[in-house]
Amino acid sequence: MSTKPAIEPNTGPVIVPRNDASVSRRGFFMKLGILFNGFAAMVLAVPVVGFLLSSVTRGRANGYLSWVPLGKVSDFPEGETRLATFQNPYVMPTDGKTVDTACWVRHVAGEKFQVFAINCAHLGCPVRWFQQSGLFMCPCHGGAYYRDGSRASGPPERGLFEYPYKVENGLVTIQAGELPTPGAAIASLTGEKPPCAS
Amino acid sequence: MRIMIGKIGEWFDHRLQLAAPIREVAEHPVPRSTASWFYVFGSAALTVFILQLVTGILLALIYVPSAGQAWSSLQALNHQVALGWFIRAMHGWGSNFMVAIVLIHMVQVFLFGAHKFPRELTWVIGVFLLLMTLGMAFTGQVLRFDQDAYWGLGIGASISSRVPIIGPFVVKLMLGGPIIAGATLSRFFALHVFVIPGLLIGFVSLHLLMVLKLGINEWPMPGRVVKRATYEREYQALTKQNGAPFVPYAIWKDLFFAAFIILAIAACAFYFGPFGPTGQPDPTIIQTAPKPDYFFLWLYALLSLLPPSMETPFLLIGPAVAILALIFLPFLSGEGEKSWKRRPIAVLTVMLISITLGTFTRLAQFAPWSPQMNAWSGDPVPDRFVHGTTALERQGALVFQVKQCRNCHSLGETGGKRGPSLDAVAVRLTQDQLIRQVIQGGGNMPAYGKNLSPAETTALVAFLETLHPPGQVPARDASRDLALGESSQKSPGTQQ
Ligand code: FES
Repeated sequence: MSTKPAIEPNTGPVIVPRNDASVSRRGFFMKLGILFNGFAAMVLAVPVVGFLLSSVTRGRANGYLSWVPLGKVSDFPEGETRLATFQNPYVMPTDGKTVDTACWVRHVAGEKFQVFAINCAHLGCPVRWFQQSGLFMCPCHGGAYYRDGSRASGPPERGLFEYPYKVENGLVTIQAGELPTPGAAIASLTGEKPPCAS
Repeated sequence: MRIMIGKIGEWFDHRLQLAAPIREVAEHPVPRSTASWFYVFGSAALTVFILQLVTGILLALIYVPSAGQAWSSLQALNHQVALGWFIRAMHGWGSNFMVAIVLIHMVQVFLFGAHKFPRELTWVIGVFLLLMTLGMAFTGQVLRFDQDAYWGLGIGASISSRVPIIGPFVVKLMLGGPIIAGATLSRFFALHVFVIPGLLIGFVSLHLLMVLKLGINEWPMPGRVVKRATYEREYQALTKQNGAPFVPYAIWKDLFFAAFIILAIAACAFYFGPFGPTGQPDPTIIQTAPKPDYFFLWLYALLSLLPPSMETPFLLIGPAVAILALIFLPFLSGEGEKSWKRRPIAVLTVMLISITLGTFTRLAQFAPWSPQMNAWSGDPVPDRFVHGTTALERQGALVFQVKQCRNCHSLGETGGKRGPSLDAVAVRLTQDQLIRQVIQGGGNMPAYGKNLSPAETTALVAFLETLHPPGQVPARDASRDLALGESSQKSPGTQQ
């Protein structure tokens, strides 16, 4: 390559204002143009923000929380705790297996049940039930819960999350549709903490 | 031929006019001291970033960002597509290398005082680059949509939910809905593939631009103190009068190291293969013990070891404090000594942080706080613990297994590490203390009172009382000896 460029680099056109009046006129138009673009941006922002926040604003009222059956009362022997699975009430076509959810059903007696979320009240790992020792144990950070869901030991600050349930036509039905997290709605929905162990 | 190429080059440069500025950048003088092997990590990070872009695009040719198909498309990459496993492995190992190199680069810059005047902004942008790199590592882990990714998202959601007031909204924004599902994966895909890389490219360009404008940090000399008033003049003197052109004087080391890193990643990829995917992201499969990727293991340990009451404040305030401290660092210590030899606190801080993170990471590889879910059925009581025991004590050993005590307590090195090893528990606790501990729990142990019949408790405690090393006497309650006579408690020789 030659060391000297073939022509002088183009430094761009030199703008010489013809008179002040035309500059201030153009300046005014430029400001107007900016303002106009600001308006366009605002018009666009409404649907964009609305779209971005749709997962937050789609309220519980719109039906993502609803009653789902878990099985017949007779599927859950009295005095025992069994794993049940259900499909999340709100399904999108790309969800795959993720809409299938597990929960622990404890048949206390008669029509009295406790339905625990699979998610540890600490950080949501799947807790496992151990019939023999009557404990739920969490594989992540070593949380443990008693058979009634109350906290036994480890990092969790509270007992297991419970789904609201009802027994209808011999079916155990729970109100589900939301990932239970320590701060999220399911917890505040069911309100009371599970009864204390002793 | 050469003339031809020269002609074509000229034709292009006549129009692009880039040759002169590029040459100027390449040959800009740098302090001779910077042509050092310590100065290669920045360019290595850039190299790995480019490698990640390339392998990432290659993976995107096959990968399907849909919760229903992501996992099987990864399986296809691993097993069906020719060399898909290798590209996945390069991308996975590249990610680990990138985090590591960015961290090393940061430590080097800090110890060499390169964050001081006038390079404060370069450092701040570097902090953002670190955060984005970690963001890429986390979102990438989610895209490997397996069990670990699924439950990892649950952990992320649980942490976010603890933000006061807006927590639940943050969760839904993060998950793209009320549960972890298709929308969740799609938005992490958008973050990992468009948003964060876009930002990274922008910030990396700024970072580089500033390195060019402000010059590479000179090798720090103890006693050569940075002052705002004089530094730039001194640096000019260092580079203009005694500098050397970056190309080729310094760049050859960068080139060598870049190639070495790429080969190292390729070697790891070839030898160790790709990461996962582990089991299918099916939330009804609960037989899983999710663990985060390497660079988040320390966090996993922290979450297990913090006292419950400290956890939420720590999780929410800790990261903010750490990030702010990093951002404000160059403004708080913008002047003064650059050399690590005169900055003992800086050196100690780096050591303390790396030892802490290193220890937590190491701990998390064993996860002693997690119960071993299968120990009770999988690890038998070693022979020597039941050798020559009574029927009652053997019954106790059975209770010990069946009641899953073993999941948290080890016997002869096997079993959980959540609770203390019980190999010598009889030396530590008297009979009464054993009974109380079993029935009422305490410390980190649940109470077993409701799950043990009196007979089971008696047997269990009888077994626990045999657990002491041959030469050592079990703990005895002196007051009971006095009140009831020595025979009320067992002594090692007189096992009934
Ligand atoms: S998630 Fe269960 S103990 Fe942490």
